[in-house]
Amino acid sequence: MIRALHPQKPKLVVIGNGMAGARLVEDVLACDPDLFDITVFGDESYGNYNRILLSNVLNGTQDAKEIFLNPLAWYEENGITLHAGKRVTGIDREAKRVFAGELSVDYDYLVFATGSKPFIPPIPGTSLRGVFVFRTLDDCRNIAEHARDCKTAVVIGGGLLGLEAAKGLMTHNVEVTVVEMAPWLMSVQLDEAGGAVLGQTIEKLGIKALTGTSTKELVGHIHVSGVKFADGSEIPADMVVISAGIRPNVDLAKECGIACERAIVVDDQLRTNDPAVFGVGECVQHNGITYGLVAPLWEQTKVLAKVLTGADATATYTGSKIATKLKVMGVELASMGRIADLRPTDEVVQFSEPARQVYWKAIIRDGRVNAACLLGDLGPADDLMRMFQAGSQVPERRLELFFTVGANGRCEPAGPATLADLPDSHQICDCNGVSKGTIVAAIKAGKCTVPAVGKSTRAGTGCGSCKKLVKGMIEAIAGGVKSDPSESWFVAAVPMDKPTLVAEVKRRGLKSVSAVLRELGTADDEKSRNGLASMLKSIWGTEYIDERDSRFINDRVHANIQKDGTFSVIPRIYGGVTSADELIKIGEVAKKHNVPMVKITGGQRIDLLGIKKDDLPKVWADLGMPSGHAYTKALRTVKTCVGSEFCRYGTNDSTGLGIAMEKRFQGFEFPAKVKLAVSGCPRNCAESTVKDVGVIATEGGEWEVSAGGAAGAHVRKSDVLCRVKTKEEALRVIGRFLIYYRDNAKWLERTYDFVPRIGVENLREIIVNDSLGICAQLDEEVEKAIAAYVDPWLERDNPAFAGQFEDVKRVPLPVLE
Amino acid sequence: MTATRIPLCTLDDIPTGLGRAFEISGRLIAVFRARDGKVFAVDGRCPHKGGPLADGMLIGEQVVCPLHAFRFHGTSGECEQPGVCSIATHPAEVRDGEVFVTITQTLREEAVA
Ligand code: SRM
Ligand SMILES: Cc1cc2nc3c(=O)[nH]c(=O)nc-3n(C[C@H](O)[C@H](O)[C@H](O)COP(=O)(O)OP(=O)(O)OC[C@H]3O[C@@H](n4cnc5c(N)ncnc54)[C@H](O)[C@@H]3O)c2cc1C
Ligand code: SF4
Ligand code: FES
Repeated sequence: MIRALHPQKPKLVVIGNGMAGARLVEDVLACDPDLFDITVFGDESYGNYNRILLSNVLNGTQDAKEIFLNPLAWYEENGITLHAGKRVTGIDREAKRVFAGELSVDYDYLVFATGSKPFIPPIPGTSLRGVFVFRTLDDCRNIAEHARDCKTAVVIGGGLLGLEAAKGLMTHNVEVTVVEMAPWLMSVQLDEAGGAVLGQTIEKLGIKALTGTSTKELVGHIHVSGVKFADGSEIPADMVVISAGIRPNVDLAKECGIACERAIVVDDQLRTNDPAVFGVGECVQHNGITYGLVAPLWEQTKVLAKVLTGADATATYTGSKIATKLKVMGVELASMGRIADLRPTDEVVQFSEPARQVYWKAIIRDGRVNAACLLGDLGPADDLMRMFQAGSQVPERRLELFFTVGANGRCEPAGPATLADLPDSHQICDCNGVSKGTIVAAIKAGKCTVPAVGKSTRAGTGCGSCKKLVKGMIEAIAGGVKSDPSESWFVAAVPMDKPTLVAEVKRRGLKSVSAVLRELGTADDEKSRNGLASMLKSIWGTEYIDERDSRFINDRVHANIQKDGTFSVIPRIYGGVTSADELIKIGEVAKKHNVPMVKITGGQRIDLLGIKKDDLPKVWADLGMPSGHAYTKALRTVKTCVGSEFCRYGTNDSTGLGIAMEKRFQGFEFPAKVKLAVSGCPRNCAESTVKDVGVIATEGGEWEVSAGGAAGAHVRKSDVLCRVKTKEEALRVIGRFLIYYRDNAKWLERTYDFVPRIGVENLREIIVNDSLGICAQLDEEVEKAIAAYVDPWLERDNPAFAGQFEDVKRVPLPVLE
Repeated sequence: MTATRIPLCTLDDIPTGLGRAFEISGRLIAVFRARDGKVFAVDGRCPHKGGPLADGMLIGEQVVCPLHAFRFHGTSGECEQPGVCSIATHPAEVRDGEVFVTITQTLREEAVA
């Protein structure tokens, strides 16, 4: 916990550390940094992050790390007490005190900024596993994790958020169906024709939409398996995301007697029926209206900050005009006012261009824009928004709402006015209300990157849709934002692609990671070091200078670190074939060392989990089996099926080939892990088609070798390289492929990316037909790598560095002098 | 505030570029020896999910947690990732090949409690 500095000042307590709560604190500090002793409670165990950008986190375009707004240090620097991860559970308004579990804090002023929660429709099955809502960072993570194992997903609710969720799910390779009760999608922002246009667009993206469909039940046993509709039909679903609207979080306010209707009722100064208690954000209703977008919430926080600090005690909030530009599933959309609010006396101006999926509509009331929606092409959006916000009279010739009339009297689309033409007062960032003039001033003051402009003006820090404009302005004013050449580098810390790097390393004779970084590096980070270490080892073999500080912990102690700091031990079980004696021995070792979990892995071997670092050498010695390399970027497993030895269908000896492969290639290190498999007939029981290299015996008794498959986070069927007649030929081709991959792949590039990058025809030419004349060399490298193999677990007798296998050392406290 | 200097180990006990974990009366501490020879000490547990920092990699003076790769500065204790608490740091020094850390009174009290 971070402590406030001046407990004697008037106490301001804010409940909710979301978009409104945290912004209110910023606005209060901007008015008067020293006035209050501020305490903030946030139910989520993070600092404050940008909820709007969760859609990007889900679809993978942004990392969770990038969406934080105020780090914990910010609270500390500003003397704010933040209780992150603490939920306020009660309020005593008479004593002016809030409670959060054990904790209680007194207040002089209290602000509710509790936001809202997703609405869960009262239908059976919503508590099944695999059913999610989409509101928080944790939701986002859970959905993404779950989607990995799913083929089909259903999103309930075809509004803005539901569509964002659907798009996010698409990037996780699941088949998505969106179910919407209303007759068209995004019924709040769009009319029927607009909804139809959107429907076509998303269909093109491969998302199914069922509109006018009401969901009756989520079916499944423990885990959700399908969705049932009112008409009795049913579709399968491995997961469901419910996005059926939001409900303001008002329970806490209600409980302590604050007046609530749909939300907490506030007046023009954001005050509730208790003069010491205020509310901002999605949890309040003002003039009967609740808002679900950030721009209005931020107008509220500005007013409340002035009221609370007395900077302008008469400031009032009179409601917001909602106008937003959104980007849903790559579809440009601008929405102003309420399109469904149509009176008989209103004029409707519309334009549609179905071929390009463009649709514009404006509703004019009393000569002013009362509502509008634009889809597919936002040419006229800026002008319309300006008119809408200012409430100004629209042009006499209504077509000029959408088009400009040139000198010759011809119409031209009112393309986005060039930046230079716009007045300084033109608003660029709608979320934060930042004008062109403010941004220009920031750029002129030397803020020449989009984040720098954002930091000094806030532009682009809301939904981010204006970042392109900001970038354009930087280009126009400061002359260019740099592009990213690092794409092609082998690792981030050395600005060279792999061939250049290898050549340079050889030319200069650089044999250690620190030497490479010193001579060629421009940065330093752990991933780059791991990559360089692996590369140098394959270039120099025994001459490589092995600096252990460039290895990740798993590669230093030859075991996999677990969440509690213990390790796992997976010995090699060649080809997945073991024996009674071996199993008894493993069992005895597990018993002797009280191994907390013994598990059959997904790779046909046995995992002893929960081993302390000190015990690793003893466990390895007692097992007397070689390392299975389950930890490093190296050859992992060779899975086999039983094959011709016992199976009535087997045409070839799959276990025999699998064991030979594993004995030959064990210990080979690669840019990423490598998994092999051999199946004894086309039934493919060893799942050879989803392995880095897979071998399948054909009905005719040949071996078919394929490469580039996977079935983890990425699923890819391998491409066939060739068919060979004998075991020896199979081993040779596989060896060549492995070395070619080792030497040409980027760091962490698995074969499922490498093979399509090089192209399987190309690979076949190189590896099977020797078109480059390098096969003899590849064969030689295989032999070198075999000769270099040493079981890393032998370090048990001879630790490579001080404390390699020692856990925490206890040090007694000296007696006080 | 009284501070107590505690002898931990010899310099050779800490491999170059790596760390070791110590427990001083119940409190976990990770001590590192950077490539440039500098020795420093920080809390042993990552504030994120309790990762053992002594098992982390050292990038210059930054400690990278082995579990989810959050980075902490070895002398200021600050985390590079916004929203994560910083970690406590403890003055460390090497004299005649022996490594000492200085534990402040408050920390000591906590450790004893
Ligand atoms: C132990 C095991 C799970 C089990 O209990 O069965 C396992 C455990 C881990 N897997 Fe796995 N994977 C295991 C089989 C698999 C399989 C199945 C297989 O090999 O047939 C796959 C899918 C096949 C594939 O790779 O194509 C698999 C795909 C992954 C992935 C996804 C890789 C990808 O690029 O798609 C990761 C993440 C990564 O590598 O970055 C991963 C990462 C991990 C890590 C290393 C995560 C980590 O960094 O801690 C886990 C280590 C746990 C540990 O301490 O041992 N594991 N993992 C399996 C060990 C097999 C073995 O005997 O060595
Ligand atoms: C995925 C997604 C995408 C969105 N995209 C856009 C967009 O593009 N444009 C746009 O304008 N808006 C968008 N929104 C809406 C916008 O995020 C919300 O309008 C905004 O976050 C509301 O702010 P708030 O502070 O009122 O509520 P929140 O941000 O939800 O914050 C409320 C906080 O209070 C906490 N809390 C609740 N009760 C308690 C308690 N008793 N004690 C302690 N803490 C408590 C909650 O945990 C939460 O952290 C999006 C929302 C989502 C979920
Ligand atoms: S073993 Fe693999 S799938 Fe299971 S939790 Fe760990 S990384 Fe995820
Ligand atoms: S526990 Fe340290 S980064 Fe997660």
